[in-house]
Amino acid sequence: MQSAIETTLDIQQIRRDFPILDQQVNGRPLVYFDNAATNQKPTAVINALTGYYEGYNANIHRGIHYLAEKATAAFEASRRAVQEFLNAKHWQEIIFTHGTTDSINLVAQSYGRRFLKEGDEIIISTMEHHSNIVPWQMLCEEKGCILKVIPVNDAGELILEEYEKLLSERTKFVSCVHVSNSLGTVNPVKTIIDKAHAVGAVVLIDGAQASSHLDLDVQALDADFYALSAHKLYGPTGMGVLYGKKELLDSMPPYRGGGEMIKEVTFAKTTYNEIPYKFEAGTPNIADVIAVKTALEYMAGLGKENIAAHENDLLQYATEQLSELDGLRIIGQAKHKIGVISFVLDGIHHQDTGVILDQQGIAVRTGHHCTQPLMQRFGIAGTTRASFAVYNTKDEVDRLVQGLRRVQKMML
Amino acid sequence: MTINEKQDEIIEEFDLFEDQLDKTQYIIDLGKKLPPMPDSKKTDENRIMGCQSKVWVDAELKDDDQTGARLYFYGDSEQTAQISKGLVGLLIRVLSGEKPEDIANADLYFIPRVGMGNLITSLRAGGLASMIERMKAFGRAYTEKTV
Ligand SMILES: Cc1ncc(COP(=O)(O)O)c(C=O)c1O
Repeated sequence: MQSAIETTLDIQQIRRDFPILDQQVNGRPLVYFDNAATNQKPTAVINALTGYYEGYNANIHRGIHYLAEKATAAFEASRRAVQEFLNAKHWQEIIFTHGTTDSINLVAQSYGRRFLKEGDEIIISTMEHHSNIVPWQMLCEEKGCILKVIPVNDAGELILEEYEKLLSERTKFVSCVHVSNSLGTVNPVKTIIDKAHAVGAVVLIDGAQASSHLDLDVQALDADFYALSAHKLYGPTGMGVLYGKKELLDSMPPYRGGGEMIKEVTFAKTTYNEIPYKFEAGTPNIADVIAVKTALEYMAGLGKENIAAHENDLLQYATEQLSELDGLRIIGQAKHKIGVISFVLDGIHHQDTGVILDQQGIAVRTGHHCTQPLMQRFGIAGTTRASFAVYNTKDEVDRLVQGLRRVQKMML
Repeated sequence: MTINEKQDEIIEEFDLFEDQLDKTQYIIDLGKKLPPMPDSKKTDENRIMGCQSKVWVDAELKDDDQTGARLYFYGDSEQTAQISKGLVGLLIRVLSGEKPEDIANADLYFIPRVGMGNLITSLRAGGLASMIERMKAFGRAYTEKTV
């Protein structure tokens, strides 16, 4: 165990693990600050993908030959690695999906359709990603459930008193983001979960942004469901995880049919396999699942607390430096936030900002970040967002600040 | 000047800049010079879809005794979106004051030739293509009316 957060990572050494970073964009060294959208992959992860295809590509679970055995073992080893990463109690609680969006849809379509009924209330928050809004709206439309929304204050924090007012015995489900992708706000999910449980509601946490920055412990949180995406964890794209408590998953019907999810099929009746296979219809992304383990090992090798400390350093530094620019307003000033800094520039369209930064080799995200209701809450069309990963440096933050000065000089 | 002469002139102007940022600056400055459109013309009907920022284009046909009917364009973008405004300005410069059928049939070869790289090709592609399509549609509509 490492106790102090003091440990300093050798960032230049780490950068060598990410071949993509070593390139020029528009004649300048690339600064990649779009990590909240997806972060870059270390060579180890890329090698895990090619290693599977070059060495033991085979379909899993059904094969009796050597390659199939090896692939199956690697696939299931990845499940155990995720179990450990989330501190889930049982390996059967880890379901591989296509990502956070897919995980949330699974819960809405399987749990929601089976257990929610007309008049039941579902609570989400104003800072949800569209992925955690639309599946619930679809369910509400189908089942006649009612969607309620936790408001946020001007700093970009959930207003917990308002959340308490929304809770009642009619509340059957709460689905809330752990860390906002647009604001960086870290939500008090433990409190949110406890209060929901007190009225008997089931809770899903959208951990897409939290997973690479925070220590996760689904048992300590007592989360019923936890969703995440591998591509925000230095892992492959289109690959994610749904954690669900065993007793909940056992009670849920599968929502996609075919492949490994069955026990026995006759034309009269099909019986379903056990969890997690019940929810993993068809041939999965075997290579990608296997590479998730490598990604988790990579992070563990650096030490998640070290990564978090470094990103926090960058956030503090960027916040100070950006605050010195005239006409720059940071959107999202929560007391507890991580690696994301969203801002607007007076008199300058965020899209123009993004284009001119790109011409200087700086990759940021601009727009509503799939959180349109949140943008409406702040009365803006979008922001420019810089988001950090372990390989970013203070020099790069300086480049961003210079880049923004250039934007202002050109536009104003 | 014909549409093609104006395009060639723009290509030459852009050739003076080596850096993409300087080309972008030039577009922004063109946008700043574009006369504002009256708010009454910034209607949903005149709005170009596919632009991330709000952009409007309108056209007016004026008859000239000597040269026949000519189409004049007006365009604007929301206040802060200077690059979009500059792009509208460039298109207006090329197409405004031309015969409707020339506009409808124009080959806008200057766009890939000015060398603005991803400014034009990626981010704006959707919006820029819609602007061009709208202006050509005006050309087609007025060609029918004038012949
Ligand atoms: C908070 C949050 N939720 C959900 C998602 C969706 O993740 P995915 O596209 O991997 O399904 C994202 C990705 O941007 C996110 O940031």
